[in-house]
Amino acid sequence: MVELTLPKESRINSQGRVFPAPEGAKKPRTFRIYRFDPDSGENPRVDSYTIDMAACGPMVLDALIKIKNEVDPTLSFRRSCREGICGSCAMNIDGVNTLACTRACEDIGKADVKIYPLPHMPVVKDLIPDLTQFYAQYAAVKPWLISRTPAPPDRERLQSKEDQEKIDRPSACILCACCSTSCPSYWWNSDRYLGPAALLAAYRWIIDSRDEATGERLDELEDPFKLYRCHTIMNCTEACPKDLNPARAIASIKRMIAERQH
Amino acid sequence: MSAQLGSALGRVLGKGSAHSGVHHWSVQRGTALALIVLLPWLIGSALLLPDFSYDSVRGWIGGSWTAVGLCLVVPILCWHSQLGVQVVIEDYVHHDGVKTAALLLVRAAHVVLAVAGVIAVLRITLGSAG
Repeated sequence: MVELTLPKESRINSQGRVFPAPEGAKKPRTFRIYRFDPDSGENPRVDSYTIDMAACGPMVLDALIKIKNEVDPTLSFRRSCREGICGSCAMNIDGVNTLACTRACEDIGKADVKIYPLPHMPVVKDLIPDLTQFYAQYAAVKPWLISRTPAPPDRERLQSKEDQEKIDRPSACILCACCSTSCPSYWWNSDRYLGPAALLAAYRWIIDSRDEATGERLDELEDPFKLYRCHTIMNCTEACPKDLNPARAIASIKRMIAERQH
Repeated sequence: MSAQLGSALGRVLGKGSAHSGVHHWSVQRGTALALIVLLPWLIGSALLLPDFSYDSVRGWIGGSWTAVGLCLVVPILCWHSQLGVQVVIEDYVHHDGVKTAALLLVRAAHVVLAVAGVIAVLRITLGSAG
């Protein structure tokens, strides 16, 4: 059966450390952050850090960097561009998968800010999930142009403005994994279901007017698990920090496969 | 742990595509559409009965059009339900043996229900129920 509870060694069963607000803090705010160190042999815990938001940038990533720099250098998380284009700092903030760099602390209300790694993935350390499988699923849909017709020798392959607009939005995916790790179907069957991110990438190439492998791509996706585990739950579209619509892309793939039957 | 020694891509590609799923998907939607039309008609027609006594309900089932409706609704409902329960089992039951057994059992139960339902309607409408 599907595992509805965490394995014993992954449960939070101890009191986390508490780092109080610095003296004279003007705008104290508490961040409750999931901590796991594989080298310690201990179960995960949730540490509380209270920092002064008057001396901190507005985004959750600013707070994490401040905590790492000034309070606890052992806190581990991925980050790079800090402007929502690299997808590194995807994590579960206040119960929603999103990017720490584009999520403003002020938008989370008055309560403590709870930060966990992306759900249902193996945790490497603290807020760093193991995305090996996620990247393999992306690679599995052959996210590149497949064409038998050689490119014109003197120019690029042409595409109309309308055709370019079709792939414009799906191409904006940054592979942050917020969508796939928010999907219950992906939680239960990620070993066989490709997940919304990989399917959005597949869709991006299926509708590319220059690609000549549409049929093969649809053939490969027509599978009860690879594609049809999507039950239109829509968490993917809800979670996407880039406002993309993987749910609609998956529905379009299903429609295309149905249409070629008749 | 031996399964973890292969490459991630190898595990994801797995046994390849089953090249099926569209039939399940379209039948589930087709049966849903049929039920959207048939169920309100049948329920509406039942609600128009003067009372729900044994004789009036039996007379209603025995009516030609009601019998046609019921003989359509029962198998379509069972088909739709079987497809739905199949998805639930595939989602949540991960043990291969248990999964296969559950899928067979569910399919058989729905076939029996559909056949029993149609025969019951036919016996009433053709007047052989004693």
